[in-house]
Amino acid sequence: MNKKLVSVLAVSAMAVSMMPLSAFAEEDLITVGYAQVGAESDWRTANTESFKSTFTEENGYKLIFDDAQQKQENQIKAIRSFIQQEVDYIVVAPVVETGWETVLQEAADAGIPVILSDRMMDLADDSLYTCWVGGNFIKEGETCGNWIADYLEAQGRGEEEINLVTIQGTIGASAQIGRTEGVGNIVAEHENWTMLDMQSGEFTQAKGQEVMESFLKSYDDIDVVICENDNEAFGAIDAIKAAGKTCGPDGDIIVVSFDSVKAAFDAMIAGDLNATFECNPLHGPRVAEIIQKLEAGEEVEKIQYVDEAYFDTSMDLETILAERAY
Amino acid sequence: METIKKLTAKRLFMPIFCLAVMLVAAVIASPDFFKIGVQNGVLYGRIIDVINRGSETVILAVGMTLVVAASAGTDISVGAVMAVVAAVTCAFTAGGQQSVNEYINNPLLGALLGILAGVACGCFNGFLVAKLKIQPMVATLILFTAGRGIAQLLTNGQITYVRVESFKMLGASIPGVPIPTAIFVTVLVVVLTMVLLKKTAMGMYIESVGINSKAARLVGLKSTKIIFMVYAFSGFCASIAGLINSSRIYSADANNIGLNLELDAILAVALGGNSLAGGKFSLLGAVIGAYTIQTLTTTLYAVSVSSDQIPVYKAIVVVIIVSLQSPELGKMIRRLKAKASAQAGKGAA
Repeated sequence: MNKKLVSVLAVSAMAVSMMPLSAFAEEDLITVGYAQVGAESDWRTANTESFKSTFTEENGYKLIFDDAQQKQENQIKAIRSFIQQEVDYIVVAPVVETGWETVLQEAADAGIPVILSDRMMDLADDSLYTCWVGGNFIKEGETCGNWIADYLEAQGRGEEEINLVTIQGTIGASAQIGRTEGVGNIVAEHENWTMLDMQSGEFTQAKGQEVMESFLKSYDDIDVVICENDNEAFGAIDAIKAAGKTCGPDGDIIVVSFDSVKAAFDAMIAGDLNATFECNPLHGPRVAEIIQKLEAGEEVEKIQYVDEAYFDTSMDLETILAERAY
Repeated sequence: METIKKLTAKRLFMPIFCLAVMLVAAVIASPDFFKIGVQNGVLYGRIIDVINRGSETVILAVGMTLVVAASAGTDISVGAVMAVVAAVTCAFTAGGQQSVNEYINNPLLGALLGILAGVACGCFNGFLVAKLKIQPMVATLILFTAGRGIAQLLTNGQITYVRVESFKMLGASIPGVPIPTAIFVTVLVVVLTMVLLKKTAMGMYIESVGINSKAARLVGLKSTKIIFMVYAFSGFCASIAGLINSSRIYSADANNIGLNLELDAILAVALGGNSLAGGKFSLLGAVIGAYTIQTLTTTLYAVSVSSDQIPVYKAIVVVIIVSLQSPELGKMIRRLKAKASAQAGKGAA
């Protein structure tokens, strides 16, 4: 144990002493190691792409990328190899929340700042990482609520009695909790808004359809349907049509959803969906911004949210869709 | 009094009674529960929702009942098999693309391939249980885990959409026909299975294998063959359910199609008064059980119980129904009654 500690100290001392030299040898490129979770979804692939396109040599970076294939041990191995390669910054999108103390301590001993992306780590000592970058589900919900308010205002329905229903995600999922809370905050600000009902559609199209079928029978006058992911919205749209009602920008019922997957753009182009609020995977530029600040010796905030956009039918969706990475 | 006793002694009394109580509760909770209207030329109402949405569970329960009866085990792979069937059908029909607006390949051929894949899964389960004598739950656990992986592979991990109106007909309705198509399919599956079981001696064979497979073999029944067949049939039922579910969302969603439906199907079998230890079975009981579950789900939506509490209500209702049907509880109540009357007798003396 002691031997190991000594060797770690020796290596880190060497690393510190050699750092300016190696940096010089790399022609002033900033070396960044990114330990990615894997490639399990479109979202993740877009996230990887975002890092690869941001940290290019033209931009003054050298990116060492590691795909951990959803295994924590692979990520720990990757971080250790980053330390050995004396990278300037380590970025980790942790697979799980726990079990990171040892390896982060090694990075701290080597004097390498660690930036977390997407998911949090559960650490006794928060100083082991520099900051966290990710999405903010509450803010997504609030953006959605504000969009509805602006949309109704533009239609001249700002003072009207508005009835809303929510098809929630899987109960307990962080996206469900955050989005429900965010929308709730905005609903509370509008006295003429009533949230009639909230039921879980378990993030699936089939359940979204089933829940919407029930809502339509319970309430005659639904103005807005909020779906906590796009798939639920597709089901809700089918249910609305089957009940002989219309939805979308030219219809009776306003339908909005979250995530902004490709099929949601198709639904908006078809005129069924009003808007979709994005869960942005493009973390690369924000991480680069943080690294630049750290390079300049500035302090950075511990929790940093990425900018999240939304898309509605007033935009040129065909063009956006063609340019979108995911 | 005598007729009432006869009635309550009937095998299907309890499942029907439970369904009736559920329906009465549903009407109290939502007075327009039985109101049926016509919307877009299709019947519209909560009770229609129950019958329509319950289709997949009913069809799975039919296959599951026979599996339980013959092998005293359950087929927990049916939900994943549904996903495989949907993936095969959609991937073939869409020609491997992620989203199509017209058929690339013949959808009927796609559905047939899907059914073949489902039956093949059932045969695989049957082989493991009947020939290799692996515990049913362990044997079907293989496809329970691997099925969704296979489905993901077939669809390249994406949801594959087939956005063609005629592809939606199985899960919605055929133009000009006021009844949702899934209801027809369900009736067809249930009736055909019952006729098959009654007209041939298959039903009796399954029961005898389930009661004592050794004895059945000694009187000349090939128990391995019969067990193999019920698993293959369960795979067939899962195929039909998978096609309906896939048509409802005109896509193959490998992660979510049929998710947890195997549990609903097993519950339906149990609610129908069937013993999970195999042997004698009632197909109608399982069908009634499946509709009871769907009535519960639809009612809970109707009364707008907060969604994080729904599982609790479901659990309470299931506990009540299952214990009502437990013979041990009946014995306990009779014993308590006898005690009470004995006490009363003593008190009078």
